[in-house]
Amino acid sequence: MNNAVLSQRMQTQLRRRHAAEKRFRWYGAAALCFALAFLFVLLATIIFNGAGVFIHKRMLFEVAVSEHHGDRYGAMIKDSWKAQFPEVTNRRQRRELYGLISRDAEFLLREHLAGVSVPDNGIVVLSVPFSGDAGEFLETDPEKRDAFSERLSPEQRGWLERIEASGQVETVFNKDFFLNADSREPEIAGILGALIGSMLTMCVTFLFSFPIGVMAAIYLEEFAAKGRLFRFIEVNINNLAAVPSIVFGLLGLAVFIGLFGVPRSTPLVGGLVLGLMTLPTMIIATRAALQAVPSSLRYAALALGATPTQALLHQGLPAAMPGIFTGAIIGMAQALGETAPLLMIGMVAFVADIPDGFTSASTALPVQVFLWADSPERGFVEKTSAAILVLLAFLAVMNSAAIYLRRKFEIKW
Amino acid sequence: MKGLAHPMPVTTTATTASEISSEREQVGAGANSSIISARNINVHYGEKPALVNVSVEIPRHQVTAMIGPSGCGKSTFLRCLNRMNDLIESCRVEGDIFLDGEDIHAPQVDVVTLRMRVGMVFQKPNPFPKSIYDNVAYGPRIHGMADSNSELDEIVLNSLERAGLLDEVRDRMHDSAMGLSGGQQQRLCIARAIAIAPEVILMDEPCSSLDPIASARVEDLIDELRQKYSIIVVTHSMQQAARISQKTAFFHLGELVEEGETERIFTAPKDTRTHAYITGRIG
Repeated sequence: MNNAVLSQRMQTQLRRRHAAEKRFRWYGAAALCFALAFLFVLLATIIFNGAGVFIHKRMLFEVAVSEHHGDRYGAMIKDSWKAQFPEVTNRRQRRELYGLISRDAEFLLREHLAGVSVPDNGIVVLSVPFSGDAGEFLETDPEKRDAFSERLSPEQRGWLERIEASGQVETVFNKDFFLNADSREPEIAGILGALIGSMLTMCVTFLFSFPIGVMAAIYLEEFAAKGRLFRFIEVNINNLAAVPSIVFGLLGLAVFIGLFGVPRSTPLVGGLVLGLMTLPTMIIATRAALQAVPSSLRYAALALGATPTQALLHQGLPAAMPGIFTGAIIGMAQALGETAPLLMIGMVAFVADIPDGFTSASTALPVQVFLWADSPERGFVEKTSAAILVLLAFLAVMNSAAIYLRRKFEIKW
Repeated sequence: MKGLAHPMPVTTTATTASEISSEREQVGAGANSSIISARNINVHYGEKPALVNVSVEIPRHQVTAMIGPSGCGKSTFLRCLNRMNDLIESCRVEGDIFLDGEDIHAPQVDVVTLRMRVGMVFQKPNPFPKSIYDNVAYGPRIHGMADSNSELDEIVLNSLERAGLLDEVRDRMHDSAMGLSGGQQQRLCIARAIAIAPEVILMDEPCSSLDPIASARVEDLIDELRQKYSIIVVTHSMQQAARISQKTAFFHLGELVEEGETERIFTAPKDTRTHAYITGRIG
């Protein structure tokens, strides 16, 4: 049929047009595959590196509680531990032996004894973590353990293998990681402190930037005279969204801490700084959402005698809500992953306690990742990846909450 | 009726005593037969004039049709009557509009009250994305017209009944209005407009996005509604104007070219431009 209608030249051109069409689609698909491949590699690496954290080795340890030690729990641990290795005599060996179990053991014992009464024979069974290197050694496949020759002495490796053969080593879910705050010892360092810190910070960020951002956007969109000043403010808000985040940290340091005396290193000041950073995103998104509401809706309300505020609150704002939430998600996700401004306001401090309020010293998930990645101990390498996984999971939870809200407010047109 | 107690407005165009008195006479006479009288209306969008010196009387309990080619200013004029043009920043309205003898631009006139008295139906059906019931109840609710839920129910049912929609929606009052057909949506918008008991209903091409059958239903409705309300319809369709209106005003390039009884306009137009338009030579 083509032959009858189209000239030779038109036919050639048509073939080319179809080919171009196909090519263009392939470019798109290729770009998508490329991006997905990177994402996959990234996630796979993190999961591969961090998965080890969630399951760890502990030792079921029989501790002899003796009267003459009083409350010197460390000595009880050491004595009971040493008793298992009669051949250990000199100081160097003792030190190497003690180095295999976590320093946390004595605190665990104290906590344990506070809860239960000591049986008559004076023996309590305690599950204690190994020290970083020892734990890693046990988690490694027996054939690949040669890699530890520099970190553990041949004697230490021998002791560990003996313990392992005696069936005292158990493999359990590492709940410590989720229940502890940061620590100098990698085997007991946990994410909970940073997680709570991030949650509190996000609360402050949301409570600060959402109402202010939405009100500012409403004023700009609905009430402000669209004059020179308006355009000046508009341009500045857009520029503010592109300001490097560390600048907001400096601002927070000068204004919130310097001027208002907000305590440093706290979720309160962190949330305020991140809130400032999120504000432009929030305003821009809210304005876009308000603009996207068909004006016929507002006119309908106004023509019925609604005041402009009523038209906005009853019709415009509810219809814009899904868009506003989308903007909030983007802003909050950005804030959650932000490290730089928090460094400026002291949230990078080492905090070994779980924060219990908006004004207690705390750190945040991305900062925790940063801190652990910076630590020399090998045990922190996998903790870093695990912390990233927790950060990503937090992000996923936050986003699903926002998506749920968006769905709830969505209007079926 | 609200606002009638206000003193007679002194218009800006009237400068001499005789003019003022003649003004009063006209307004006084208008109070009987016309519900709205517009005097020397000039509208500019920025620098661009949209209406030039338009004066027209809108009769009570009749349907007045505004016809004319696109961009002739008929919709602009309509929006002057409930001051919807206030919402357009660049728009400047000059001249006087009297609703029942009261200047709608007077400082003591509340635009909310004005829009209660002058309702509007738009070109594209624009129901709120809420239930059918809530759409109609919105106006009475914000104005506090009903003291009880049963009273509100009555207003809603009455309005739907008068808009000829009740039988179609009686058993799904709480479903979303977005599920109605285009014609039903437009009748819902009419029900919503009459729920606040206006005196005048402005309709801006109410049938232009409807199919012929839905259009015919809305036209019938307009004809019924004139018993209770004064209606102004902007329309592109001359046939529609001829079918439903008693008075017709023809606009061209921002000017009111000719107005008069519909039958006269369509059978014996005085102006050559009117003649050209109704015979399809311009527009």
